[in-house]
Amino acid sequence: MTGGERLRLAERLLTLAEREGASDAEVVVLESDAALTRFANSEIHQNVAETGTMASLRFVDGRRSGVASSGRLDDDGLRRLAEDAARVARVQPEAEEPVALPEPGPVTQPDGAWSEATAGATPEQRAAGVAAVIAAADAAHVVAFGSFATSTDGMAVASTRGIRVEQSTTQARLVTICMGDEDASGYGEALAVDIAEIDAAAVGADAAGRAARSRRPVALAPGTYPVVLEPYAVADVLEWVGSLGFSALAVEEGRSFYEPGRRIASPLVSVWDDASDPEGTPSAFDYEGVGRQRVQLIDRGICAGLVHDAATAARAGRRSTGHAFLAPNPYGPAPVNLFMAPGETDPAALVSELDRGLLVTRLNYTNAVHPKRAIVTGMTRDGTFLVEGGEIVRPVRNLRFTQSYLEALAGVVAVGRERRRVAAEWATCVVPGLRISAWDFTGTTGD
Amino acid sequence: MDQVTERALQVAIQRGASYADARTVRRMDERITIRTGRVAGASRREDEGFGVRVLVDGAWGFASSSHLTTAEAERVAAAAVRIARASSRTLRRRVELDDQPPQQGRFETPVAEDPFAVDLETKVGHLLAADEAMRHAATLAFTEATYRAARSWTTFASTGGTEVAQVITHTGSAIEANAVDGDEHQRRSYPEEGGLRAGGYEAVRALDLHAHAPVIAEEAAALLRAPQCPPGRRTIVLDPTQLYLQIHESCGHPTELDRVFGTEASYAGTSFLTTDRLAEGFRYGSDLVDIVADATAPGGLGTFGWDDEGVPAQSVPLVRGGIFVGYLSSRETAPRIGRRSGGAMRADGWNRIPLIRMTNINLLPKPGMSLEEIIADTDDGLYLVANRSWSIDDRRLNFQFATEKAYEIRGGKLGRLLKNPTYTGITPQFWRSCDAVADERSYRMLGTPNCGKGEPVQDAHVGHGCSGARFRDVQVGVGRW
Repeated sequence: MTGGERLRLAERLLTLAEREGASDAEVVVLESDAALTRFANSEIHQNVAETGTMASLRFVDGRRSGVASSGRLDDDGLRRLAEDAARVARVQPEAEEPVALPEPGPVTQPDGAWSEATAGATPEQRAAGVAAVIAAADAAHVVAFGSFATSTDGMAVASTRGIRVEQSTTQARLVTICMGDEDASGYGEALAVDIAEIDAAAVGADAAGRAARSRRPVALAPGTYPVVLEPYAVADVLEWVGSLGFSALAVEEGRSFYEPGRRIASPLVSVWDDASDPEGTPSAFDYEGVGRQRVQLIDRGICAGLVHDAATAARAGRRSTGHAFLAPNPYGPAPVNLFMAPGETDPAALVSELDRGLLVTRLNYTNAVHPKRAIVTGMTRDGTFLVEGGEIVRPVRNLRFTQSYLEALAGVVAVGRERRRVAAEWATCVVPGLRISAWDFTGTTGD
Repeated sequence: MDQVTERALQVAIQRGASYADARTVRRMDERITIRTGRVAGASRREDEGFGVRVLVDGAWGFASSSHLTTAEAERVAAAAVRIARASSRTLRRRVELDDQPPQQGRFETPVAEDPFAVDLETKVGHLLAADEAMRHAATLAFTEATYRAARSWTTFASTGGTEVAQVITHTGSAIEANAVDGDEHQRRSYPEEGGLRAGGYEAVRALDLHAHAPVIAEEAAALLRAPQCPPGRRTIVLDPTQLYLQIHESCGHPTELDRVFGTEASYAGTSFLTTDRLAEGFRYGSDLVDIVADATAPGGLGTFGWDDEGVPAQSVPLVRGGIFVGYLSSRETAPRIGRRSGGAMRADGWNRIPLIRMTNINLLPKPGMSLEEIIADTDDGLYLVANRSWSIDDRRLNFQFATEKAYEIRGGKLGRLLKNPTYTGITPQFWRSCDAVADERSYRMLGTPNCGKGEPVQDAHVGHGCSGARFRDVQVGVGRW
């Protein structure tokens, strides 16, 4: 479908909603053409492709709203979708507040959101990328595991308030873990809008080299250590802090640590959300058709702004910042295009200026133990190293940590000058490496 | 066989596939969320499509589409073959499937009260009443009441002669009370993770949310004033509302044979239960620990007629008398350890390839003591209830859990309520320290609808039957509080 066709489909559904008696309505059409090649034990073992289109209708009847969505987009399917959404809306009691559908506003198509090369990527191209990773692994006498994914996503939003927006985006992501004898394990990743920017051989060499350096890890006693976090690990910290604290709904409900003007981080730490920056993975608008605004979240360690969707914005008496998810979303908005300001420290100096501590490549299976204090537990993975006298002296076994991510940000003593684009669990993060004065490791792994 | 499926299989074979299967899936999902007295979300979602999986030159290919036409079937089957050929470029070991007799038949989840036939007003009314009951009972920051019904219609056909149809229905409801004071936030919920059960609206009525609402509301408020769970090495008794997730993370996942062979290494991780440990009779737990993967268990979220490779549902022992004896497996992986598939391949919809997933991973009850009698038999310990968070390493060894609440046990009696309880351990050491498993009186089938695995990520609904158990010398109170 072209963008225009997606918009016309959305408008047809709006018309059907109005015929069902909607006082307001909003339609989101999502189209995806995605493919993914997975490899393990240095061979491709799963190779999949998916094409799908779905439409979602938020039907408003006075102070009530209901959502129905479907992949059945023929005339019968759309008619039934409108009937379902109307029925879901009309069984509800009247809400105290009106349903907040946003008014049309400025939407700017960002540079760098689309790549013809990615849209035209073939299984053979992905297989060639995988082969380059495997070659790097072979050269380092380790084995490669991972995936190479490409996707094109189309989205259109139309509403009875006059919103008419559409966009097309692409994304390519190559991730690999190289493993070998004696518990060797290393990670590498590349995320890009344009597949041509992904240097598969370099990603493979990065992971394979890290794996080779991590052979024969020693057990280190749990305790509090200074750490250097590589950007992969920093992305996890940023994503948790962003979602736990900087959603306007989390603040409304009292579950956020956010207070305007509160110092939560070192003065070296500034964080913002910006979907227009081509350094990330740009997108023009959110699932309510509102242009995504740049929002400063942390300004030199101080809590700054919050992200809003239309509902939280209406209650706050302001306009949405363009951070809504697909309705219905009871859990509120969240930042998903996170940036941390680079510092002045050469990445190598993050380690060379560390007297004794740990270099952590990435954090795995993290989960909030106490959300309001941002206490998170998880494991280190795929490359954890002991640093002494500014030198990496040996790999260590993966460690469990139970750490307040706010205290971690407060303890930032150096910020790398180079940043990396990282796909976290649900957000794209553009982040530097960090040196942090104290990190609580609470266990080690092994049989 | 419908025309789309038939055409897809024909084209796959014509293009050179040695094996092909096709699944057509239609899914309907209805959800309602009440948040602090208002309807925060009400939705109904339907989707439909088909997926074609092929083996060409010993390599897999898969493609799918939401457009159910014979022309699209031809395109998708051809795309799957092309993808398989691309996969074969790096192939080092050809895929070989086990022998399975062709299957024909139909399976349907027993449903007493069709959840999609119950009017929405009734469902919203039940939720609003439960939500109001929570807010009436205590001062709370926010509350939540949720309802969900999910139904899937699946047809599966393969070039091996299998043709089966299934209708799976899962329905559930849950409530959550949240109390906040300063930087303290305490949550109590009932039942576990959305309360989804195999069955119809009768499952929601049986939960009786309204009766539990004031209890959890008062507990959430009381937790704000409760003392912090102190650190130390303690005896712990796990209620089924925590034990089910302990089983999920530390037994279910490490017994997935694809993890053992490394095919999930780049995302979910691998497993400490390597095949040499199966051969040696590795001691996973104490003699009391019997764990099965039972896709035939009534009421489980992992109950079905056939898996998504057309293999019949079965009960597979994983741990018997504490000894590791089996894996969750597939037609491709089982022959590599000299076995036949245990029927654990499941896909999250038409657009996903099946992966080895948990079915119902159940810790079997032990005749002897009830859960209450285990507590009465405990001189000094903690009783941990209702999961709050979870984490485990990539080999499924080092875990850490938090529960919503804990009670001290002194002289066989429950004592003080404690907040922010956590415990940590190493999987086999932990299960070997199990010295009591409760009998069938407290045995319950619980489950999770959010088990994530694979790339793209697939969510699976999996069941866990358990009755409660006691573990000795466990580290509790982890971290700085």
